[in-house]
Amino acid sequence: MSAKVIQAIYNDDDLVLQAVKQIREENYYVSEVFSPFPIHGLDKAMGLAPTRLAITSFLYGLTGLTVAITMMNFMMIQDWPQNIGGKPSFSFFDNMPTFIPIMFELTVFFAAHLMVITFYMRSKIWPFKKAENPDPRTTDDHFCVEIEVANHSEEALVKFIKDTGASEVKLID
Amino acid sequence: MSSHYEAPIREPLVTGNKSYHDVTVDVAAPVEGKANKSWWLVFSIALVAFLWGLGCIIYTVSTGIGSWGLNKTIGWAWDITNFVWWVGIGHAGTLISAVLLLFRQKWRMAVNRSAEAMTIFAVVQAGLFPIIHMGRPWLAYWVLPIPNQFGSLWVNFNSPLLWDVFAISTYLSVSLVFWWTGLLPDFAMIRDRATKPFQKKIYGILSFGWSGRAKDWQRFEEVSLVLAGLATPLVLSVHTIVSFDFATSLVPGWHSTIFPPYFVAGAIFSGFAMVQTLLITMRKVINLENYITILHIEYMNKVIVLTGGIVSVAYITEYFIGWYSGISYENYTYLSFGAATGPYAWAFWALITCNFIVPLTLWIKKLRRNIVWTFFVALVINIGMWFERFDIIVICLSKGRTPSSWAMFSPTFIDIGTFVGTIGFFFVLFLLYARTFPVIAQAEVKTILKSSGDKYKKLREEHVSDDHIGEVEEFPASGGPAANTEAHEGEDDLNSEDKNNKNN
Repeated sequence: MSAKVIQAIYNDDDLVLQAVKQIREENYYVSEVFSPFPIHGLDKAMGLAPTRLAITSFLYGLTGLTVAITMMNFMMIQDWPQNIGGKPSFSFFDNMPTFIPIMFELTVFFAAHLMVITFYMRSKIWPFKKAENPDPRTTDDHFCVEIEVANHSEEALVKFIKDTGASEVKLID
Repeated sequence: MSSHYEAPIREPLVTGNKSYHDVTVDVAAPVEGKANKSWWLVFSIALVAFLWGLGCIIYTVSTGIGSWGLNKTIGWAWDITNFVWWVGIGHAGTLISAVLLLFRQKWRMAVNRSAEAMTIFAVVQAGLFPIIHMGRPWLAYWVLPIPNQFGSLWVNFNSPLLWDVFAISTYLSVSLVFWWTGLLPDFAMIRDRATKPFQKKIYGILSFGWSGRAKDWQRFEEVSLVLAGLATPLVLSVHTIVSFDFATSLVPGWHSTIFPPYFVAGAIFSGFAMVQTLLITMRKVINLENYITILHIEYMNKVIVLTGGIVSVAYITEYFIGWYSGISYENYTYLSFGAATGPYAWAFWALITCNFIVPLTLWIKKLRRNIVWTFFVALVINIGMWFERFDIIVICLSKGRTPSSWAMFSPTFIDIGTFVGTIGFFFVLFLLYARTFPVIAQAEVKTILKSSGDKYKKLREEHVSDDHIGEVEEFPASGGPAANTEAHEGEDDLNSEDKNNKNN
């Protein structure tokens, strides 16, 4: 994609939020915003779809619970139904109270770790990944908004972006 | 922007007229600078203690558990006392980062990073004890349900000691990823500031290539929230499971249904005391007084007062039930010649003094906001909570059901050396952390700077002309129950935001 983009640097989060709203009202496309910290309401202003990570976490949790139940039912009830201290090992439910701590822990374990791994994969971050923020200042106190030029007039767009309060505007091919 | 509105009654959480860039500079300073003499001094002491402890551990494992002060009656003493003590200390970190996140407590942001570091380092210490107190620690992997050549011989899932394995390893690993995920933006900040190529490379690896895209932040916040939601029941369950080691037994004094909540309250109590100890020192040494303010210390003291109160109620309940149960065994554990009057009375009264009486002084606002006094009380609580675990374990074991097996316990220097070693190891890790990691979650602090920083609070005060805000302050109810909170942030009402923008 040889899309031209404009990188506008702002130095205030409120300004960014305001600018993104204005840019979208003028039917320009905001392709990315890089910020040093989360700006509340920015995803909504950009029109980003809500993330489904919480849903995946729930499903992972159910997986963990299933693993715990299957494992303990097999080991304690099916494979070696022994009498350990008089605990009833006739069926899973007879001895269920002592299984609950591990059922709980494995649910949390699966829900937490698999969700975090999903997050890393979806956001494409891993130990040797190269950072992609266009300006090192965007992890300090500057904010970078990328707007696609597409078939709009460059001059008009640059002027419009400057009017939204951008401190620097750069055209990237 | 209306989301930055904060009730004027709230004291600023960030002082010193800080801007976003100031936060970056202040947080990066200890990482970019060089360690001074006193750091090396303290680090050396901690390292020596750690190596001494390591020697004790190696001696124990190669010679046998008999080198400890345990006997046939008292099979658990310093080992498990230290284990429970360290696990308990770790709990405050998760409480600060998870529970306070769920309750939207903004003051957590300056303390959560260090509190979580403390959690992880404390749980590492705790994790040593279940291994080294084993008679045959080289067979420790047998606690895992791994298919094997003994006809696939499994573990027994009825034992709280096995629950401990699952609880502690889940707790450590989940705390670790929670902490690390939160660190990514901060490592990225240091990466982007680094001037030396080696440092840039290291922080480039540590930050996983974090770029701070809007979508990344959206996911980041959701992940943090869900992890907080998972860590909260986790932290409660972990110490509950630790308390089951005692509560599910038949030992008089141990067999008690109050243990799970009471241990958890004690864990938060001792954990916050440790956070106070560490942060009071840290804010001074690396100049973070503008972020970890006296207000933060006061808030933590309030949590200490609350959990200390819960623990005290539990002591009284235990005593009451000991008498009320009418069971002679319970009765002598607690009353006739038990805890308060028996040979371990000194340990019992040390517990009452340290955990019950001294923390009561924190009800006084002057003392609660006094840093020196807070530091002292925090140390006292750490000692007191060690005695709590020691008392529960040793006093109850020393006088069991058959008088012929009554015994006393006294530790050997190896018991003590191992404990000292874990303290050394803890401080080795914490000192290394304080020099290489961003000790304040700067990305989080920056999100509250406009609502809770004194610079912006002052600016707002000087420019209050907005009718809406004035009205809300005068008649909070007219703005609805959420008028004084952040309720406006999700709204797409451009008009009201334009209007409020003029104030900022």
